[in-house]
Amino acid sequence: MEELLEILSNLHPDVDFENCKNLVDGKILDSFDIITIISEVAEAFDVTITAKYILPENFNSAEALYALIQKLEDEE
Amino acid sequence: MLFTSYEFPGFLLVLFILYYIVPKRFQWSLLLIASYLFYFMANPYYLVYIAVTTLTIWFLGCRIERLQEEQSLYLKAHRERLGKEEKKAYKKEMQRGQRRLLLAALLLNLGILAVVKYTNFVIGNVNGFLHFVGSGKELGLVDLLLPMGISFYTFQAVGYIIDVYRGTCPAEKSLFRFALFVSFFPQLVQGPISRFGDLSRTLYGEHPFQWENMSRGLQRILWGYFKKLVIADRILTGVNEIIRNPDAYAGAFVLVGMLFYALELYADFTGGIDITIGVAQCLGIEVTENFNRPYFSKSIKEYWRRWHMTMGSWFTDYIFYPVSTCQPMLKLSRFSRRHLGEALGKRVPVYLSSFAVWLATGIWHGASWNFVVWGLGNWVVIMLSQELEPLYRRFHGKFQVGDKASYRFFQIVRTILLMSCLRTFDCYRDVPLTFKMFGTLLTVHNWNILWDGSLMALGLSGIDYGILFAGTLVLIVVSLLQRSGSVREKIGRQPYIVRFALWYGLFLTVLLMGAYGIGYDASQFIYNQF
Repeated sequence: MEELLEILSNLHPDVDFENCKNLVDGKILDSFDIITIISEVAEAFDVTITAKYILPENFNSAEALYALIQKLEDEE
Repeated sequence: MLFTSYEFPGFLLVLFILYYIVPKRFQWSLLLIASYLFYFMANPYYLVYIAVTTLTIWFLGCRIERLQEEQSLYLKAHRERLGKEEKKAYKKEMQRGQRRLLLAALLLNLGILAVVKYTNFVIGNVNGFLHFVGSGKELGLVDLLLPMGISFYTFQAVGYIIDVYRGTCPAEKSLFRFALFVSFFPQLVQGPISRFGDLSRTLYGEHPFQWENMSRGLQRILWGYFKKLVIADRILTGVNEIIRNPDAYAGAFVLVGMLFYALELYADFTGGIDITIGVAQCLGIEVTENFNRPYFSKSIKEYWRRWHMTMGSWFTDYIFYPVSTCQPMLKLSRFSRRHLGEALGKRVPVYLSSFAVWLATGIWHGASWNFVVWGLGNWVVIMLSQELEPLYRRFHGKFQVGDKASYRFFQIVRTILLMSCLRTFDCYRDVPLTFKMFGTLLTVHNWNILWDGSLMALGLSGIDYGILFAGTLVLIVVSLLQRSGSVREKIGRQPYIVRFALWYGLFLTVLLMGAYGIGYDASQFIYNQF
């Protein structure tokens, strides 16, 4: 989780990613950020977030995104 | 059969009666027969194309799902025995099989679309090249049948099979039910581009007659005809006069043509979608909304989130995200951020993916360079707005204009003008002529045509202008009222006499002021050609 928080904080140092639950719905993350996160996650966790997982509920919080990464790690 | 043909109301009347008479479990079967009849009446040969798309996508979708089930059962049965690497290898192999089936479906169906829609465009370009290099040879154009609405039903079917492949939508086991999803007649010729998961929720259900649904549906149909017949088809005369005679109508006429076309396209396309959604509502079926008052947008980016929304989300889900998250693009993203810096580097993959989306959007709209330039023009404007965003923020902060109504109004007008400019590429014969006509806006000083009566020579009389002015005013008022909820519901809460006066008045307006009469040939909806 720390590694993911670091990726997110590098992107938006001013956002409290540990507590924020509306990153997409609140328009904090845009399509640029999402593509960057997917690229960073692929490098750090060796998992590929494919297009079918690009849903607001998977990117609205660091927790949700981490849960997705774990799910993909298990699947792979 | 067109929505504006005289047969269509008769077709609907018979269908509605039969739909609510037959046993409820046969309603969807009746809709399938009606949809094929509707398409058959447009041209019997169209059925061959839609049948091929239906059969191939349905069959391959079922095959993909069977492989997914096999994979799931095998992994469950051998959970203990298989190691992580073996599981991974097995999954990879099975996914390869599914990908092959998906590719076959995409190649065949997008291939059909490409051949019927773009063959002559390619031949024209080859001939242009041959002429350029001085060759005397020329390829002959081919006479191919372009089925009405092929882009819409192909995209809808392709979206379905990608969803099945992704596992986000179950494959439909019944061929006939799937055939109805592809051919559902109200949306067959101009969308919206529905998703299987959305449309299937109500498409196959049993629908008892409900006066509420019928009356709301008929009201929506009437509103659609008002837009199409009273506004779009009336202003069409003026648009055609300007764009078909570029030598006679330059300078300020180009601006008038742009604005007329913006109004025509809006009234035509949203009117058609109103009829589609209204017909579906009469049948108890929910079809996704396709517009959200797009001309109230404050930027082009916002406009594209509110105009033809089902097409926008289709391109986002099936082109933008797959392209921007494919392995080469992710590698490019890392490379560009490392070498160009975080801020600029992260934009590269998004801009490239957006380029692909806008190129595809342009090509989807029509087989000509006009549409390619139009699509890429949108891309350039959106990317520029994105780049200028920090500047805008500073400007808004410094002058405190962000929340002012007058500034919002300026942004709306700016978006309408920008969109109208870009749309001019739809209108003129070719791209060089379009640029030339833009140039005349600066070089021909004839702004006096706006008040000296020249506009009366465009084939529109004073009465036409009066009707158009009043009609546009009604459109604006309705759009403003829609901001606080459904206008039909608001009207529904009024006393009977008010409701009667409003709907009967609208009916009479369509009847008396619609652009038809003896010898009038109702114009096809613009988006039917896609």
